[in-house]
Amino acid sequence: MKTNQQITGAQALIRALEHERVEVMFGLPGGCILPAYDPLLESPIRHVLVRHEQGAGHMAEGYAHVTGRPGVAMVTSGPAATNLVTPLCDAYMDSVPMVAITGQVPTAAIGTDAFQECDTVGITRSTTKHNELVMSADDLPLAIRQAFHLATTGRPGPVLVDVPKDVLQASTTWHWPTDDEVLDSLPGYRPNVKGHPKMIKGAARLILAATRPVLYVGGGVLKARAAEALRELAELTQIPVVTTLMARGAFPDGHPLCLGMPGMHGTATAVTAMQKSDLLIALGARFDDRVTGKVAAFAPEAKIIHVDIDPAEQGKVRTPDVPIVGDCRLVIEEIVRALRDLLGSGERQADVGPWRSRVSGWREQFPLAYEPSAPGAHLKPQYCLERLRDASPADTIVVSGVGQHQMWASQYWRFNEPYTWVNSGGLGTMGFAVPAAIGAKVGRPDRTVWAIDGDGCFQMTAQELVTASIERIPVKVGILNNAYLGMVRQWQEMFYGERYSEVHLGHVLPDYVRWAEAMGCVGIRVESPEEVESAIDKANSIKDKPVVVEFRVDADEKVFPMVPAGQSNDDILLPPSQTERRERLR
Amino acid sequence: MTAVNPFGLAAQHHVLSVLVQNRPGVLARVANLFARRGYNIFSLAVAPTEQDDYSRITIVVDVESAPLEQIVKQLFKLVDVVRISELDPRQSVERELLMATVRATPDQRAQVVELTNIFEGTIVAVGAEALTVSLDGSPSKIDDFMALLGQYGIVESQRTGRIALPRLDRGARVRALPGSPTPAARASARSTGKGKAS
Repeated sequence: MKTNQQITGAQALIRALEHERVEVMFGLPGGCILPAYDPLLESPIRHVLVRHEQGAGHMAEGYAHVTGRPGVAMVTSGPAATNLVTPLCDAYMDSVPMVAITGQVPTAAIGTDAFQECDTVGITRSTTKHNELVMSADDLPLAIRQAFHLATTGRPGPVLVDVPKDVLQASTTWHWPTDDEVLDSLPGYRPNVKGHPKMIKGAARLILAATRPVLYVGGGVLKARAAEALRELAELTQIPVVTTLMARGAFPDGHPLCLGMPGMHGTATAVTAMQKSDLLIALGARFDDRVTGKVAAFAPEAKIIHVDIDPAEQGKVRTPDVPIVGDCRLVIEEIVRALRDLLGSGERQADVGPWRSRVSGWREQFPLAYEPSAPGAHLKPQYCLERLRDASPADTIVVSGVGQHQMWASQYWRFNEPYTWVNSGGLGTMGFAVPAAIGAKVGRPDRTVWAIDGDGCFQMTAQELVTASIERIPVKVGILNNAYLGMVRQWQEMFYGERYSEVHLGHVLPDYVRWAEAMGCVGIRVESPEEVESAIDKANSIKDKPVVVEFRVDADEKVFPMVPAGQSNDDILLPPSQTERRERLR
Repeated sequence: MTAVNPFGLAAQHHVLSVLVQNRPGVLARVANLFARRGYNIFSLAVAPTEQDDYSRITIVVDVESAPLEQIVKQLFKLVDVVRISELDPRQSVERELLMATVRATPDQRAQVVELTNIFEGTIVAVGAEALTVSLDGSPSKIDDFMALLGQYGIVESQRTGRIALPRLDRGARVRALPGSPTPAARASARSTGKGKAS
């Protein structure tokens, strides 16, 4: 599509975003990006004005997590670009599709240490899937098309487009590149989506032969929209499923085959099933250290089928017996087909019945457990989460920060639908919850969105609740306030001989209720178990403005089970009430 | 560096020939990836190819720092990387260029010139008490030449990184660069000013 009409680079940029069907972007204007904000006034694209650029990045991530569409953030140069580095790194670690547009000083000023100049492309080189400094207005539409193509295909990730001010001001002839032009411009980028037929057949044979198989499901299954295919595979083969922190909801927690989350704070059943397995079918998972524990001692008897769209994940941590590079949905569907063919031609699947009863035994003996609070004693965070879970709609989207509250939320919520759990897994970004929840609510305004946050996390990005109030984005925030950096406190208690160093945040300040009110939200404080349900009901009934519920919880509570960092998963620490029967975990 | 093979290449070193899009920052991306993942580069040579749109980077990597397979896979994730070939020293031709300024008083000058001639090197510049010589050849030949020059005293020297191409196997199919335009198309692209900075 070529016209002779002259437009500015800024107009070309906004028009390109419209052509990519961008409905909303999150951002904050400033010097060098100013020209791009002018044509935005005439654009149908909604712009959410954030209070801090980090918020824009996490909102774009939250939006992308729940919609599957790339989140877009636009900010200016220098400090705005550096404020975006954390969300970019977060999105890169968790493979979140995102496009960031940053202003840059005029081309003639690049390299002169000009006002608000920084080497954005250099700084974000290792925190993005790709980035580009656009030096001519003529190149802008192609750069934007490339960015969306790269962000959303193959292994998704963040892409940054850095645009100097004079490029935005220059005049250009509009040309929207064709698909072929985009592909020709990226000769080195051809992600492989279709699994190798021989490997798929090999995988099917291993699956039929296994007597202790486990489906090890990672975030790639959600990225590939493969939840349905996964369910078909699990039900066809009756193989138990573990869903990693990034994959919660990819398989229903209520399903009889679901063992919950594996890893450092996973369920004893999920962790042990992987350890004792003879075949791990890793789907869009990357053998993260939080899942494997000590790698040399991880699932020692298991053969590995590893399905991942990123070839570099194959063999990075554990050498697979059957590596399959491809899109999880397509590959799982092919594996199901291969299994049906083999079963149809008279082959039999090994009996997994004894394995399933063994696993069920663990599940009965070692459920998630905590000691309910004694009358008059502090609230238990797990109790708050259970009540919140039971009182909220089944399709509620839960967004968390990073720390104890994140682990409890992942453990105690029941995720029965995909795309209802949003969190920062790889990077572990404290402060993720509030802005990501706002982005999620923008993407899914029809859903109830609860941010489960810690008091440490909340204080990092709470200012975005002003954005939420003014933009009428009615998210709900539950703060599990234990007055500590809780996970750090837990490590200091367990591994540093209770020598607490710089972890006490205090109950006195801030006053969360007044802070919430100052930001235009409803603020509610909960201090005893009797107040929990009415506070949650009140919060759930408010539809027109953000709500903050502060749950003052027991600071001594620890997250169990736990595999201490660097140790074998066999050395899992159980909740105190279960340690006596640990012998039965075999 | 142990177990030097007859080709002058330590067993832990491998040669990667990396075809990249000739775009600003591409070398920084490659170097950044090596630094970020803790891979070691032993030597590096980069220049545009016969097509302006592509450059070739020859990297000698130290595979003690990471398995070669991981290095290759991570490199290939860079969007600008188009193709990677691992060049087995036995099935490729390798060259390096050396320039060295050697102490050569008038009474030693003839010896240095003779040594350079034996190696089929070139005298590039002559000073009152020193000579600058150049030599291109296989890395091991350059190692030998430098060792012999050492007795006169090397004032300054610079070796290029290693460059390499696959040894031609008669009858093997030759793979051109992706989307190779015809020479005519290339000339017209150039005249429309579609050049790129590097």
